[in-house]
Amino acid sequence: MATSHQAKSFTASEGGVIALLLVCVLFSLLIAAKTHDPTMAFHAWLGLAAAGIGAFAVFNGYFKRTHNVPEEIDGKPNYQMGPVKLATVASVFWGVAGFLVGLIIALQLAWPSLNLDLPWTSFGRLRPLHTSAVIFAFGGNVLLASSFYVVQRTCRARAAGGLWPWFVVWGYNFFIVIAGTGYILGITQSKEYAEPEWYADLWLTVVWVIYLLVFLATLWKRKEPHIYVANWFYLAFIVTIAMLHLVNNATVPVSLTEPKSYIVWSGVQDAMTQWWYGHNAVGFFLTAGFLAIMYYFVPKRAERPVYSYRLSIVHFWSLIFLYIWAGPHHLHYTSTPQWAQTLGMTFSIMLWMPSWGGMINGLMTLSGAWDKLRTDPVLRMLVVSVAFYGMSTFEGPLMSIRAVNSLSHYTDWTIGHVHSGALGWVGFVSFGAIYCLVPWLWNKKQLYSLKLVNWHFWIATIGIVLYITSMWVSGIMQGLMWRAYTSLGFLEYSFIETVEAMHPFYIIRAIGGLLFVIGALIMVYNLWMTVRHGEYAEEEVGHPTAVQPAE
Amino acid sequence: MAEKEIDKLSGVETTGHEWDGLKELNNPLPRWWLWVFYATVVWSVIYWILMPSWPMLTDYTRGIRGQSQRAVVMQEVDALKTLRAEKGAGLADADLAEIQQTPAMLEFAMANGRSAFGDNCAPCHGSGGGGFKGYPNLNDDAWLWGGSLDDIHQTLLYGIRSDHDETRFGDMPAFGRDELLTPDEVFDVANYVHSLAGMDTAADANLEEGKTLYMDNCAVCHGDEGKGMREVGAPNLTDGIWMYGSDLDTIVDGINNGRGAVMPAWVDRLDPVTLKSLAVYTHSLGGGE
Repeated sequence: MATSHQAKSFTASEGGVIALLLVCVLFSLLIAAKTHDPTMAFHAWLGLAAAGIGAFAVFNGYFKRTHNVPEEIDGKPNYQMGPVKLATVASVFWGVAGFLVGLIIALQLAWPSLNLDLPWTSFGRLRPLHTSAVIFAFGGNVLLASSFYVVQRTCRARAAGGLWPWFVVWGYNFFIVIAGTGYILGITQSKEYAEPEWYADLWLTVVWVIYLLVFLATLWKRKEPHIYVANWFYLAFIVTIAMLHLVNNATVPVSLTEPKSYIVWSGVQDAMTQWWYGHNAVGFFLTAGFLAIMYYFVPKRAERPVYSYRLSIVHFWSLIFLYIWAGPHHLHYTSTPQWAQTLGMTFSIMLWMPSWGGMINGLMTLSGAWDKLRTDPVLRMLVVSVAFYGMSTFEGPLMSIRAVNSLSHYTDWTIGHVHSGALGWVGFVSFGAIYCLVPWLWNKKQLYSLKLVNWHFWIATIGIVLYITSMWVSGIMQGLMWRAYTSLGFLEYSFIETVEAMHPFYIIRAIGGLLFVIGALIMVYNLWMTVRHGEYAEEEVGHPTAVQPAE
Repeated sequence: MAEKEIDKLSGVETTGHEWDGLKELNNPLPRWWLWVFYATVVWSVIYWILMPSWPMLTDYTRGIRGQSQRAVVMQEVDALKTLRAEKGAGLADADLAEIQQTPAMLEFAMANGRSAFGDNCAPCHGSGGGGFKGYPNLNDDAWLWGGSLDDIHQTLLYGIRSDHDETRFGDMPAFGRDELLTPDEVFDVANYVHSLAGMDTAADANLEEGKTLYMDNCAVCHGDEGKGMREVGAPNLTDGIWMYGSDLDTIVDGINNGRGAVMPAWVDRLDPVTLKSLAVYTHSLGGGE
């Protein structure tokens, strides 16, 4: 069946996708007709349109194609790169959008009147828009693109599931649109990093389970005897996110036609669940997922073997075992029981070396190829991302220590810590992967300009340094001002005095953010020119054209 | 499966696996990495022994140091209370004037007041007490309800138009909205008020008519000469100090819709010594009488 070029039949995946989309059309119509909430009605109409267009596209695809898609062509796997391309484009789009919103709210913190006194542009609505856009829209699409690419190539097999990988990418991006427009229009369940309401959560669950099945089925049909380390990390990421999402979003909607719902957890249990979720979103979305990217793209780009197989095994298992317990360090000195705080803190300390295992494996893979850093700015970006990863995974355990946390908690130090991970690690490793992927996917010999990559690298790096250092200073100052007492036993500073003192650092932070956005725009131009005007590569892509090492 | 081979650059054997051109070296775990990992585990176990850590069926392991964050907080709060009681000895029983005249008490009251002002009063009155539109400046000599220590203390305790029974209360009616005056009459009165403060008046305003209307409707609270009346919080209209603004439109708006700024009662929110301290502190800002 696989190699048959003549036969054309209506495949199970076409039937399945259409059936699911038609069910969505029905549900959307029902909700649109019944709901009293204008935003939910808007979302229902969006769902109706998206599902309708999707079903039409699948039918259209069926009538247009002349034969079934072969698994292999001339003995080589016929990789399915369409969904990878789509997710890559989406990641770049959402990335720029998310960075921009971040810049806007950074400016709002420095000059609050920039919220324009409108509900839609208030900090409270734009902040979740920023975090979701960069983590889930940008990061999520990078993970979708790279995971579908890596799992196919390292299994030497076409992605399983026919049209389902397409469904996963479109479906995930539809979730992003529902979540983002919901925030702006005021729909939120007020759980940090899990703000979308129940109906968006349900849709994401459907998409995510299918993602898991596609990934597993592709692993299942692999032509390689072993499973590559990157795929372990992708699988850990997909499975754990599914579990976190389901438990933390266990809500009871007030009605099936209203957006509002109530969480089943309450009080300290809710806080614990929330930070079990929140911390492991960092651990499994932003760490495990992006370590998978590192494990494919760093050795590929450096053209060197991974440093240590044993280290990858030990740090993988220790990382996923320890990470899941570290959440309560977000709740130090609260009504969370002290024993839970102790466990959260000690597991965070023990997590230090398992995290660093990834850094060591990434950096040491470069041994014998360090000279390439001089000539290949893409590799430099990847390597610097690993360095930032090492720095934030040292800072994290440090901040989880209760005594340190008593100073750092609720201050800008946390924001700086998050952004050294987000901009330095997640951002740079994603940019590196995208710079590799785009020429491979569009069959181009190389990027339009390595010089522009170099500019992107330096401008963004300076931006990150400004961001992190200003938040360190501002955060530690803020923490010290909060705890300062006079000799008579009164607080030395009122809250507003601490806000005033942070103002200059907020401006520096916004400048750092601006530089990061400029870097991303340079990347967009470079990628656009690569796709539109890059030189066509005759040979099979995916084995990067080597940048000649400096002699 | 690819054969195991020796990597030329490092001299290390590969595992013999290969995926899409990617191979792995068979390097051992870095020693320092392993030992630091063990050290963090040992450190954690020691910490568990010392501190509250593992949950049991009905209780949790308390740790041999017997430390409890609740107990620590209570100790720290108690220590602070003791310190304040010691430094602020006498304030609870002293009257306001006495506090102001006793240097040790005054020092404590100013520190206490400044601290409480920053976190409770500054959001409306500004961190320096300079006020905003609709919120009076506490640095000048104009006091709606009186600027003596006792007046300020009274205002702090019970608020203005607050939900407390003892609240200060005054009512500026909505003359326009409730149709007590016609729009033309409001215009004339507003211009008359402008003239009282020595400001320009509109050419088409009938000031005589305005004065008559003022005497009939406004003078009962604001006084015949517009000097105001503290018993009902009616502001002086002649001193050039305007809480909402001095332009004619703002005054017309005030006459049309009335005014009724609210200050909350603090008697149930702050302790008596802090309220006394706040009165002394506010009195010292520049305008105290």
